[in-house]
Amino acid sequence: MLKAEPLPLLATGIGKKAVVAITGLVLYGFVFVHALGNLQVFLGREAIKAYRESLHSFPKALWGARAVLLVCLLTHVTLTIDIAAKARAARTTRYKVSAPIAEQGILQRYARKTMVLSGPILLVYIMFHLAHLTAGVVPGLPFKAGEVYDNLVRGFQNPMVAGLYIVANLLLGLHLYHGGVALFQTLGLRHPQWDAHTRHAAFLVTAVVTATNVIIPTTIAAGLIRQ
Amino acid sequence: MELRSNAPTGPIETRWERHKADIKLVNPANKRKYEIIVVGTGLAGGAGAASLADLGYKVKAFCYQDSARRAHSIAAQGGINAAKNYQGDGDSIYRLFYDTVKGGDFRARESNVYRLAQVSVDIIDQCVALGVPFAREYGGLLANRSFGGAQVSRTFYARGQTGQQLLLGAYSHLSRTIAEGKVELRTRCEMIDLIVEDNRARGIVTRDLVTGKIEAHLADAVVLATGGYGNVFYLSTNAKGCNATAIWRAHRRGAFFANPCFTQIHPTCIPQAGVYQSKLTLMSESLRNDGRVWVPRKKEDCTRDPASIPERDRYYYLEEKYPAFGNLMPRDIASRQAKFVCDQGLGVGPEINGVRRGVYLDFADAIKRDGKQAIADRYGNLFDMYQRITGEDPYRVPMRIYPATHYTMGGLWVDYNLMSNIPGLFVAGEANFSDHGANRLGASALMQGLADGFFILPYVIGNYLAQAGKSKTTESSAAVTTTLREAQTRFRKLIEIGQKGSRTVDDFHRKLGTLIWDHCGMARNPSGLKSALGQIPELREEFYRDVKITGSGEELNRELEKAGRVADFFELGELMCRDALERDESCGCHFREDHQADGECVRDDEHFAHVAAWEWCGQGPEARDGNHKQHREALSFEYVKMAQRSYK
Amino acid sequence: MAETIDLKLHVWRQKGPSDPGKFEDYSQYAKGISTHASFLEFLDVVNERLVLANQEPIVFDHDCREGICGMCGIVINGEPHGPQKATTTCQLHMRTFRNGEELWVEPWRAAAFPVIRDLSVDRSAFDRIIQAGGYITARAGAAPDANAIPIPKRLADEAMDAATCIGCGACVAACPNASASLFMAAKIGHLNTLPQGQAERDKRTLAMVAQHEREGFGACSNHYLCEAACPKEISVQWIARMNRDLLKAAMTYKPEPQRAGGDG
Repeated sequence: MLKAEPLPLLATGIGKKAVVAITGLVLYGFVFVHALGNLQVFLGREAIKAYRESLHSFPKALWGARAVLLVCLLTHVTLTIDIAAKARAARTTRYKVSAPIAEQGILQRYARKTMVLSGPILLVYIMFHLAHLTAGVVPGLPFKAGEVYDNLVRGFQNPMVAGLYIVANLLLGLHLYHGGVALFQTLGLRHPQWDAHTRHAAFLVTAVVTATNVIIPTTIAAGLIRQ
Repeated sequence: MELRSNAPTGPIETRWERHKADIKLVNPANKRKYEIIVVGTGLAGGAGAASLADLGYKVKAFCYQDSARRAHSIAAQGGINAAKNYQGDGDSIYRLFYDTVKGGDFRARESNVYRLAQVSVDIIDQCVALGVPFAREYGGLLANRSFGGAQVSRTFYARGQTGQQLLLGAYSHLSRTIAEGKVELRTRCEMIDLIVEDNRARGIVTRDLVTGKIEAHLADAVVLATGGYGNVFYLSTNAKGCNATAIWRAHRRGAFFANPCFTQIHPTCIPQAGVYQSKLTLMSESLRNDGRVWVPRKKEDCTRDPASIPERDRYYYLEEKYPAFGNLMPRDIASRQAKFVCDQGLGVGPEINGVRRGVYLDFADAIKRDGKQAIADRYGNLFDMYQRITGEDPYRVPMRIYPATHYTMGGLWVDYNLMSNIPGLFVAGEANFSDHGANRLGASALMQGLADGFFILPYVIGNYLAQAGKSKTTESSAAVTTTLREAQTRFRKLIEIGQKGSRTVDDFHRKLGTLIWDHCGMARNPSGLKSALGQIPELREEFYRDVKITGSGEELNRELEKAGRVADFFELGELMCRDALERDESCGCHFREDHQADGECVRDDEHFAHVAAWEWCGQGPEARDGNHKQHREALSFEYVKMAQRSYK
Repeated sequence: MAETIDLKLHVWRQKGPSDPGKFEDYSQYAKGISTHASFLEFLDVVNERLVLANQEPIVFDHDCREGICGMCGIVINGEPHGPQKATTTCQLHMRTFRNGEELWVEPWRAAAFPVIRDLSVDRSAFDRIIQAGGYITARAGAAPDANAIPIPKRLADEAMDAATCIGCGACVAACPNASASLFMAAKIGHLNTLPQGQAERDKRTLAMVAQHEREGFGACSNHYLCEAACPKEISVQWIARMNRDLLKAAMTYKPEPQRAGGDG
């Protein structure tokens, strides 16, 4: 006789993926807002400082939000690692010849193929980013608490740092694009009539975030914004 | 021995109802004490095993494939008939019964056919309940199409994959009973012998196709639902694994084989492309609605580009010979005419063994008349399939078609209860002979498989068990150990010969197939049949001397599997020829050139309105010649008046 | 077009599930192959030559050879069922290949599909997924009239799109995670779409997904290589539907209380 007992949702691949999608969506929202907020660097030192202070004037909300983001990030990463480990166990052998990839658009295909790669890289980047601009503990990069503008500009005047941010954000873009499309599939919210719109929306949001995050270090590194 | 059909008498409409009311029942608490073996998991076997399990019997099912859902019922394309009269076009149970008896050229048992027509209605209900996605009209009601041999639209279908959908329905049903622990399914396991003790079927001997282990399985009743024997021809539309071993071994243990020469040839198949060809692919007959069949008039044109052959040099042989029906002639006649023109050397396509076997099926006129799009809408998937297989574009180049074996009406003899002459041995679906007479109508095979499995076996087996009681045979009974030993010896012997032999199993099978196709195929005559009867034993002897088999018996060994099956095909092929020779008339698919009127069958109802049931006698004194003795079950037709078919 | 071609043929040979297995070069047996032969007929020819050379023929699964039974399935140059779209191995013909082309022929690779021998794998995991819930419970004889519940044509057609799955396992073979999501989604989708399938909908979805997990298939990570490999072109839209059905079921399903019934 076959034991056909259902499993708890989080013991199934679909359940895990759904949580990855939902946590991803939260992080997605954060990244979007964060990027738009950062645009204020173009309004000058005072504007972005005021923005920082307004956020810091609600410490409970700020730390609450940080806690939620941290939990989301950890969950997102842990479950992804778990899923990848299961996948490796499910398929232990590769084929002798790798097949030509399925007919998909170049961007989508690339995003899909780099998803596994971009994840760990992004994780390293996020840690660096927090160390650099939130905690200010990166050796060699001077940091003054509260002086967002100076910290940012001084950091990005170092071409290595700017380059790292640019590359990481391009990867983030691919990650967001693929994730943005995929989460509709994963959560079962996909419908053929909306597919094109979903893809366009994911592309648009990703483009805004990526452009913003790339423009800031680029302009600073190019010396267009100075201290 | 007298063959008794055990069919009830009285008004035909009430026979099955009364029979059901009369039969004995097994009480629910006792059912779980009975074990039933079902061999084959196609429509008849799958549905039968599941239904018997639902009733409470302990069922053990077997299939040679890796999954029960691969049985060859899956390949049926067209549809399934049922006398629902949803179209309001005058269909009725009686009309389906009438069409089937007439279509079978009056060589089927009326009572069985009537019951088939009756339960056809329940089949559709059951399949819809199981989730079979039949085609629907916009209003949500079931759609129907018409099919050959009928003037009403009574065929239910699921795109061109009706067999697949019905089998998946039966398989899902079976899967539930497996999950519930009511059915034990053994896959990749082949029946290689039947255990009979005190004139009762007690179980089977199987060979595990992965480990090679030969074992006995005991039961209170055995059901064979193992399909037809079309692969005796080597090339047929059957799956490669289809074989006759289960029924043939049962036959050798005493079950009568009925009407073995009744094999159906389908006219629209893709012709053979080369000697390496392993099977033939059928394309829906509906193609003949728009395609025109022709061959060149002159032999020298046979290799020419067909487009360059002018109209006056084209021989539209069906249209010329049968102006009234033209290209829509029934299967058997269309098939035979194709053979005749190819025999005259007018065939087209690749030359194999000195003959071109193919005729054109040309859509040029239809495309000119209705436009390419209209033709694509009607036959797009078939054209794609044709192109995939042949590499030719049928929109530009005429298709080439040729008939191929595709169904066998003959099979083990059964009575009204689907029980063979061995008590406790039931035979269902294509494996039995019962419902189609000398010719099967389109969309009737699926109907019979499910009728037997869902609605007949559950009643008749209960009736048998209630009377026969539990089998007392045990693993140590003499019948079990002897049968087991004989089966083991048979396979060991093949391995021994195989180590020294020099010709492959396929090589022998191809030779046997060609021989039977040439002499006992679409058209038969006494001298050809006699010649085949002389050649088959010689080839068989050569097989037992020179067949080459690699590997051992105690492992997965496909050559050994094939050898076992081909060995049985040799004997069956011989019996087919013998039966075709003795049936000194033409009827349905059995066309004897010496009994025809302008290419049409001439029946001899006075002498041959009977079922020829052959008993295996081995080399015993009872055999008149060969290994068989014939018994006859007379057929009487009370409801459908015997008449000659005419399409002129 | 050349009527016959020679191929550089490498075939995976493996005695049994625990044998490590390796590629063998059979190029000498793969000469003069008719371009009109199917891929399996090509292997038949190679096998006959191997037998005559006293070597064990290559074991591969096959049956109907018309693309519907789902028994055949071979990875050719990394692609399940070979390079032709929407085509099973048995319907793939040798005219697809060039003279002298190199072919690497392998079995489906997935931990849940252990190799039985050579190119033949054990796909019984699929059967157990169906046994877990891929059915509608309906005893023979108890069904209402087939037209009692009208089913809109659109729904019937959609169900048929999913039901066309032949259970060959190419989706698993193609998936880098060896996930059987497409197979399972097609089977769940077929029954969950039909009105007849509603009573057992949640139970079915939960049970089949759980069985998929128990069999050791991976999870879907949206690569969609399954859809590309599927000989019946089943859409990954079905996976989205399955995900939705599962999430819904997981949040609302209450198992039926187990009571002894009917004996009182």
